[in-house]
Amino acid sequence: MTNSRKNRLKDKGFEYLGVACSLFGLVVLAIFIGDILADGLSRIDWDFLKSLPSRKPEKAGIFTAWTGSLWILVFTTIIAFPLAVSAGIYLEEYGGNGRWSSLLEVNISNLAGVPSIIYGLLGLEIFVRIFKMGNSVLAGAFALALLILPIIIVATREAIRTVPPSIRAASYALGATKWQTIWNQVLPASMGGIFTGVILAISRAVGETAPLIIVGALAYVPFAPSSPMDEFTVMPIQIFNWVSRPQHGFTVNAAAAIIILLLITFVMNGIAVYLRNKWQKKINW
Amino acid sequence: MSNKNTEKIIEWLLRLSALVTVLTTIGIIWVLLSESVSFFQQVSIIEFLTDTQWTPLYKDKHFGIMPLVSGTLLTTFIAVSVALPLGLVIAIYLSEYAPKKFRKTVKPLLEILAAVPTVVYGFFALMVVTPFLQTIIPNLSGFNALSAGIVMGIMIIPFVTSFSEDALQAVPKSLKHGAFALGSTRLQTSFRVMVPAASSGIVVSVILAFSRAIGETMIVAIAAGQQPRLTANPLVPIETITTYIVQVSLGDVPHGSLEYKTIFAAGMTLFVFTFILNNISFWIRKKFREKYD
Repeated sequence: MTNSRKNRLKDKGFEYLGVACSLFGLVVLAIFIGDILADGLSRIDWDFLKSLPSRKPEKAGIFTAWTGSLWILVFTTIIAFPLAVSAGIYLEEYGGNGRWSSLLEVNISNLAGVPSIIYGLLGLEIFVRIFKMGNSVLAGAFALALLILPIIIVATREAIRTVPPSIRAASYALGATKWQTIWNQVLPASMGGIFTGVILAISRAVGETAPLIIVGALAYVPFAPSSPMDEFTVMPIQIFNWVSRPQHGFTVNAAAAIIILLLITFVMNGIAVYLRNKWQKKINW
Repeated sequence: MSNKNTEKIIEWLLRLSALVTVLTTIGIIWVLLSESVSFFQQVSIIEFLTDTQWTPLYKDKHFGIMPLVSGTLLTTFIAVSVALPLGLVIAIYLSEYAPKKFRKTVKPLLEILAAVPTVVYGFFALMVVTPFLQTIIPNLSGFNALSAGIVMGIMIIPFVTSFSEDALQAVPKSLKHGAFALGSTRLQTSFRVMVPAASSGIVVSVILAFSRAIGETMIVAIAAGQQPRLTANPLVPIETITTYIVQVSLGDVPHGSLEYKTIFAAGMTLFVFTFILNNISFWIRKKFREKYD
């Protein structure tokens, strides 16, 4: 065999390896989803969604879990969205290139790399103890909001950066102030990108477990929260709790709850991808 | 003029929002430090670093962090040795070989792997991967570092792939064309030109994969066990730093007790690890950017 033939064979070999590796990830994902569906799909019905937790697996439901997740999401978004978008606007439009803004930048990329469980410890000490919020929805939402700030900030900055300077110049030329320019021109043009980032951040928050456990979300809450100061549980913690139990009935429950959690996550990611595509197509300056 | 004042007020509000991110960092460091300091007033730092047992929740208390660190590193190394080869091969394939259509479909599908909540991966490791591995390795415990590590590795494949692919894409096309013009195959071009040229970006992806795996919580909390053990054996139950923090938080530990402080000392250790790794990667990325711009 000549050298060049050998090389061509190796080249083809690597091509197959590449396809195999790419498919490996997808096959694992497929096996996994298939397994979960086989375990849990038959368990899902209205009663499962409407029932309170119970010591008997066939009676237990996820009502407190999904309502808790919903409460957490709403408050996390209310806290994180204005803060993160404002910070993103500041960094992009007012920040300049000074030492202060490069410090902010390093800081944000560092925050993005902090393990989520550390945000739990932060929340436990600051919100639960010092601000005396207790193991409440609000304390959990604050911890998660800080966790997703970097994600939304980065998305906001990227979206704002795609607005060309000529748009700003035109707005200034018409006599608009800086804030008027940002509010009336820059923000509307970058909303698609910002919302994409927000949805991805929220979908991350839905799946977060560890920080909420640390903040004191409980595995067993008899009632759905009715105020932000109430104790709560969320879907992932309910799943964690059921996975940790030996009875088969709870494993089935966990699989059923996972199907619903995955559905929520995938739908959100789908919306984000759809928004991103639509927004990219719409804008051609 | 009132208009000017509004502008100023708005700028200050925006600046305050940006300041929240700095306060978050200060808050994290302050919380971890203050609780750790009061922990180290009761436990010597030498015992913390050298004792080979971690038993703060038992009668005979030992406060050696090493078993937790070894558990963390064990699962991390398993995860990275799964994610690195797979992620890198996929990155090279997608960037240098794959038809555009294949790339466009496969990449978003692979990113789903990163979007799945980690508690779900924990279920997968415990209920699917461990039983499967037990058919091959009969003496594998129900809780073990191996399946937790493997599943964690699968989860971080998209991180390695997307960072490495970005690095490969950033290599000037002229280098690639030069190699092709000299008669190299795609494989030779990839491994002798593209990968070396993109090495700093690839190193960054590896470091971030490590950092991500060290901080991962739910997979190991569910599937790796809760037994602090100084071992490199992936077949037995171990405990990671993150799992310990979860374990204590699930129990009823009164504020101010030594047990309560241990989770902050453990958290501090975790933070130091990831902080160093993240900053190394940040530094490399900065260097790398200078190289090609």
